[in-house]
Amino acid sequence: MEKTIVELRNVSKSFDNEMVLDDLCLSVKENTFLTLLGPSGCGKTTTLRIVGGFTKPDTGIVLFEGKDITNLPPNKRHLNTVFQKYALFPNMTIGENIAYGLKISGKSKSYIEDKVKYALKLVNLDGFEKRDVSLLSGGQQQRVAIARAIVNEPKVLLLDEPLGALDLKLRQDMQYELIRLKNELGITFIYVTHDQEEALTMSDTVVVMNKGYIQQMGTPENIYNEPENAFVATFIGDSNILDGIMLEDRLVEILGVKFPCVDEGFGRNKPVDVVIRPEDVVLAQPGRGRMDGVVTHLIFKGVHYEMEVMAGGFEWLVQSTVCHPVGEEVSLDVDPFNIQIMNKPESEDEEAVPIDE
Amino acid sequence: MKKFFRVLYIGLIFTFLYIPILTLIVLSFNDTKTMGVWKGFTWDWYLEIFTNAQIIEAFWNTLIIALVSAVVATVVGVAACVGIQALRHRTQQLVLQVTNIPLLNAEIVTAISLMLAFGLFGISLSMGTVLFSHITFCLPYVILNVLPKLRQSGMHIYEAALDLGASPVRAFFSVVLPDIMPGVTSGFLMAFTMSVDDFVVTYFTRGAGINTLSTLIYSQVKVGIRPSIYALSTIIFVIVLIVLIVANVLPDITAARKKGENS
Amino acid sequence: MNKRKLLAGPYLAIVLCGTIIPLLAILYYGFTDRAGQFTLANITAVTEPENAKALGLSLLLALICTVICLLLAYPIGLLLRRTKGEKKGLIIFVLILPMWMNFLLRTMAWKALLANTGVINAILEAVGLPGINIINTPAAVVLGMVYDFLPFMILPIYNVMIKIDNSLIEAAQDLGSNGFQVLTRIILPLSVPGIISGVTMVFVPAMTTFAISNILGGGKIYLIGNIIEQDFLMGLRQTGSGLSLVIMVFILISMALINKFDKNGEGSML
Repeated sequence: MEKTIVELRNVSKSFDNEMVLDDLCLSVKENTFLTLLGPSGCGKTTTLRIVGGFTKPDTGIVLFEGKDITNLPPNKRHLNTVFQKYALFPNMTIGENIAYGLKISGKSKSYIEDKVKYALKLVNLDGFEKRDVSLLSGGQQQRVAIARAIVNEPKVLLLDEPLGALDLKLRQDMQYELIRLKNELGITFIYVTHDQEEALTMSDTVVVMNKGYIQQMGTPENIYNEPENAFVATFIGDSNILDGIMLEDRLVEILGVKFPCVDEGFGRNKPVDVVIRPEDVVLAQPGRGRMDGVVTHLIFKGVHYEMEVMAGGFEWLVQSTVCHPVGEEVSLDVDPFNIQIMNKPESEDEEAVPIDE
Repeated sequence: MKKFFRVLYIGLIFTFLYIPILTLIVLSFNDTKTMGVWKGFTWDWYLEIFTNAQIIEAFWNTLIIALVSAVVATVVGVAACVGIQALRHRTQQLVLQVTNIPLLNAEIVTAISLMLAFGLFGISLSMGTVLFSHITFCLPYVILNVLPKLRQSGMHIYEAALDLGASPVRAFFSVVLPDIMPGVTSGFLMAFTMSVDDFVVTYFTRGAGINTLSTLIYSQVKVGIRPSIYALSTIIFVIVLIVLIVANVLPDITAARKKGENS
Repeated sequence: MNKRKLLAGPYLAIVLCGTIIPLLAILYYGFTDRAGQFTLANITAVTEPENAKALGLSLLLALICTVICLLLAYPIGLLLRRTKGEKKGLIIFVLILPMWMNFLLRTMAWKALLANTGVINAILEAVGLPGINIINTPAAVVLGMVYDFLPFMILPIYNVMIKIDNSLIEAAQDLGSNGFQVLTRIILPLSVPGIISGVTMVFVPAMTTFAISNILGGGKIYLIGNIIEQDFLMGLRQTGSGLSLVIMVFILISMALINKFDKNGEGSML
């Protein structure tokens, strides 16, 4: 196991009596790409700002390489941030922006020049030193912001929704670039986003947050395939969430129909939530599957068709490369491996369960 | 046709605004002390400016008061904006409400309230009381110009500078201040203008024998204003006009050049 | 973080000494007699015929002046609405520039222009029109007020006008509004903050001026400002303060209006 570089212990923070983070514990391993993912207001940005030193936690401590840095101001921390709105200094050229941190740490002129050149090359902006910040496109500004941060060789790079303001195509390009940068630099990235696709594409570890709690932490595959609760399931990708009864180990009843599954240990006749991804629903000719139904909506999405199928009184979301026109009778089936069983939350509050690891 | 009326209307309003100024310029060359009669062209009033001790003194007083109060108001005001931003939202709102008072209050109320307060605390009216009063009414102009600029960009780039290792003081002077400079400049200029143009506050808070151009003019309203004051005002007006034109045109030229270089 | 708040300290000290304490001083003098005893006499002094007449005239002239300013300034705002960034500087420049000629002098210039033997009458006579005889009348005072305070009406209106998104107007036209409806349903409501701001910026100084009435009224027109000035020149601090408190009521009403209609300071002059 690699060693922990950043750790938050029992961190709580509230603004104007509103709890934003509640007893949050998080440890980030060295050299990982960790993403904090969640809807706005889930506390992900606050978490990042606490690591960066811009926000002080009400309680709890922040450790960096095992040392307590809770009360260290941002300018004394060995990590750098790429801000959501770039925050480039408008009164400086691109070169001066990138050199800012190096100048402060008192590096020699020739060293700074080399480093600026290297950093610009790294973000594919060779020769842009003398240009004005205001004349750059959004994507270019973002590259400069990244160059300005990494030129200081931080051990951890914090990124606060850095691609949020870019258009789709550019965002995808930048995603690949960030992964490349991460591999080239060999440093830890802590990345904040509300875009689940971005999180799944780039990260080694995804931390799903909601209402100030960590909902689930794991690899992207793990999060997508085995969501631990309904929040994670709905937030990550589309899914069908149904009420079910776990009749016994490996058998669940959904909408009155028995489906074999692979989950065990829930007990007998236990009400549960069942998550089935729309691409995991298999459509067959009527009578051939487990449940018959009728296609009610059809949309062409490019790589696949998205359909809604009315079956057993439930509107199933289904994705398939085969087109079934509206009105066609179909039959549904799901592979046992693709049925995800979750405990029902016992109360409203528990939808956001704090997890202890 | 529509455009004709448009230009005509705007033209009429601006003529209305500038006719008195034109009148004063003409009067400054008029070879008589009586207003409203043209007795021929003369430079005498311009020459008299340099020998009339009263006018010279009033001019310097006006300039010094405006300069000192605008500088103090700018420094205090910019610091205040940084501090105000760190206040809690409610407190901020309260401070801004109070900041608005001198702007919305009648000048005469501001003036006599200051005069009464000086009296209550046994402070005799002097140059100092005028300066303090001017600083008081100049400050809102600085704050209202600087605070929005600071809100616009200040926090992001300030945090970015800290993130890159700058101390708070260095971050402010190297990054934030250059960015809010347009606001600081216009705040300073507005404060300076208001101070120069002020009559009421100076009138009530000045010590005996202290005159600015405004109070000097007011004291001469009944007995007749010496045309050398028109001459001085014309000179000031022309200087300001030239400075403002240069200040407004130069940035355009440099911006155009820069554009040319970059493209 | 806490240290940063201290930077507001000097300012707050100046606000305390330069705004709050002086206002309390007016309150103190307004409610005491010469012996320092509590009295309402200074406030009720406003009902004395001379003072009541001055207050009434001040309110009337300020009202007329405000209406004229609004009628003159609103079309300017409309006409300049479409001007873009570069011209904005120029327009504000043209409006502010006259302030560099002392306002007392500019008012004096009107005296010269309006005098019975003045320039305007000379021109009127030359073209065979009857002369105007308004110097030393309330009409001249109103003209002086309009002249001095018009920029304070134009600037806030202009500032809200240029912020009105053109797409809103296009949307209204697209939905079938004619020019008049666009004006009354879109532009007018959206420019309310500017109007309110302009109205208070003109009304308050117009109501409380004493210099303009002194110069253009020839010492015959007594506004409330003139009475307060006289009181203080004669050392009647208590009465002067009492009358000031009365006019402050009107100022407070304006502040309340601004707070209600222009919460975000959209219509501010700056």
